[in-house]
Amino acid sequence: MKRVYVNEEWCLGCHLCEYYCAFAQTNENDIARALKDKVIKPGIRVEEHNGICFAVSCRHCEEPLCAKSCITGALTVVSGIVSVDTEKCIGCYTCILNCPYGAISPSEKGAILKCQLCSDNTHGSPACVKGCPNKAIVFEERGL
Amino acid sequence: MPVDYLYPEYEVIRNYDRCINCRVCERQCANEVHEFPENAGKMVCDSSKCVNCHRCVALCPTKALKIVKSDHTFKHNANWSGKAITEIYKQAGTGGVLLSSMGNPENYPIYFDKMLINASQVTNPSIDPLREPMETRTYLGSKPKEIRRDQDGRLINTLPPQIKLSMPIMFSAMSYGSISYNAHESLARAAQELGILYNTGEGGLHESLYKYGQNTIVQVASGRFGVHKEYLGSGAAIEIKMGQGAKPGIGGHLPGTKIGGDISRTRMIPEGSDAISPAPHHDIYSIEDLRQLVFSLKEATEYQKPVIVKIAAVHNVSAIASGIARSGADIIAIDGFRGGTGAAPTRIRDNVGIPIELALASVDSRLRSEGIRDNVSIIAAGSIRSSSDIVKAIALGADCIYIGTSALLALGCHLCRSCQTGKCNWGIATQREDLVKRLNPEIGTVRLVNLLTAWQHEIKEMMGGMGINSIESLRGNRSMLRGTGLNERELEILGIKHAGE
Repeated sequence: MKRVYVNEEWCLGCHLCEYYCAFAQTNENDIARALKDKVIKPGIRVEEHNGICFAVSCRHCEEPLCAKSCITGALTVVSGIVSVDTEKCIGCYTCILNCPYGAISPSEKGAILKCQLCSDNTHGSPACVKGCPNKAIVFEERGL
Repeated sequence: MPVDYLYPEYEVIRNYDRCINCRVCERQCANEVHEFPENAGKMVCDSSKCVNCHRCVALCPTKALKIVKSDHTFKHNANWSGKAITEIYKQAGTGGVLLSSMGNPENYPIYFDKMLINASQVTNPSIDPLREPMETRTYLGSKPKEIRRDQDGRLINTLPPQIKLSMPIMFSAMSYGSISYNAHESLARAAQELGILYNTGEGGLHESLYKYGQNTIVQVASGRFGVHKEYLGSGAAIEIKMGQGAKPGIGGHLPGTKIGGDISRTRMIPEGSDAISPAPHHDIYSIEDLRQLVFSLKEATEYQKPVIVKIAAVHNVSAIASGIARSGADIIAIDGFRGGTGAAPTRIRDNVGIPIELALASVDSRLRSEGIRDNVSIIAAGSIRSSSDIVKAIALGADCIYIGTSALLALGCHLCRSCQTGKCNWGIATQREDLVKRLNPEIGTVRLVNLLTAWQHEIKEMMGGMGINSIESLRGNRSMLRGTGLNERELEILGIKHAGE
């Protein structure tokens, strides 16, 4: 399955991935209108410390701890993508506590927010990858 | 004391209706133009620091930025331009030589733009390169003048070493130090993929790039940085740099701040020491001396590598080239006055040297008239901007051309001409680690390969139009060119007729 991978060597810490992710979630067609005066809630986040930076998003684990820990069955693996059913999610955040990568965050809508490889919006393939100026984020098949 | 404040040359214009305060511009500007003061609640900028490199413009996700030339002006004066006045203020304030980068930007004639290419019509058929063979492969090096056979009539191979190129284009000398490691790696990988050569420049060759040796020209310049036997043997050819189009007659100076660990090792000089290339080679004061160096290098490489001598295009270029063609060199590279640099005194860059078109035509004519044209191949350099410039240069007599600026543009350079500051936002002319990583060689290689593949297609189209199916049949074929708006003397030097003739 194709997954999002991060090449730390080429990450510039520009944070564009976060904005393209937030834009993708809105299903708007103009990024300025979509994000103007908004606090963004991206599914990918750039971690930075001491000049080292890289983006972190859901790894779409084979055996996801988040899904195992989900008390309502809102998190399931659909065609390899760890997906959330926002109707079932009650916002208990157990998944957030369990994700070893810190890739899940609370959503304003009461549920949780995580990367679904842009399968849940109009972009089709991950917007962070398309928007990365330095190929620091790639979407490719690497086996497991 | 006079006040030296000068209004900025460029203004950064931000469309606040589109700005989403993502701060990408702020993070990407090494000149620290953009800022997000918490109490302002919006992005602000200091245009006086802007060098107009477009990094922020290119990366802004909402396209909220543009850079415009300031309309702030001095009182109009046809003689004392704003530029002239500004430069006097700068020098009165600092006492220093003005520094600039990249090629001469001033308003001198561009002869490439005054020449037009021929095409076949009724009487000689044009060729469709998509249907018929079209050869852009070429070989550089000295060609034998006679055919010799042994007593059984078999051919004796007297062919001196040659460079084989899939197209008549090479990447010109840009040193590791003046440009980044990632820029060098991009050039090396692209050269390998394209079947052409790149040139190390005078800064030696990084040990991890030795594997691209078959696609490398190793340069020996007046500073002799990083020159040792293994280095000379690692490339496909050796270039002696006598001059550079951007700064004929003077040497180079890479400041100590850029001589970090890897560069210091590669150049074989102490960390933090200035790398100064003398104006002349201290062992070359005549053609005879040059001949000694040519043969020293050939001796060191067992006569397996062609030797290139690179000179700047200056007034007596044809006489100089004639001497070089007799010195044992295999190839002459001529660099015109528009050629680029990582740093040069502004007055030199903008006022010294001559156009490559005139220099090339005059050298080719001179060597032909003296019957020594086959002694050497000729490489033309100094602002080749497109495939049509290449076709014109080859028709004027070049065997091959060098591109430097065009290659850097493909890598992201926006010609802001601030290389000397070492803060290149595109990761090219810098050694700052956080900036160097902005140029991912994987992307750089693809872009260089794309550019030259596109140019090769265009060259084939133009050749086909002329009814020529081999680039070597175009070389020196000046009947394929016509001049427009040129006077008789210019036409005579270029060796072409006026359009309509």
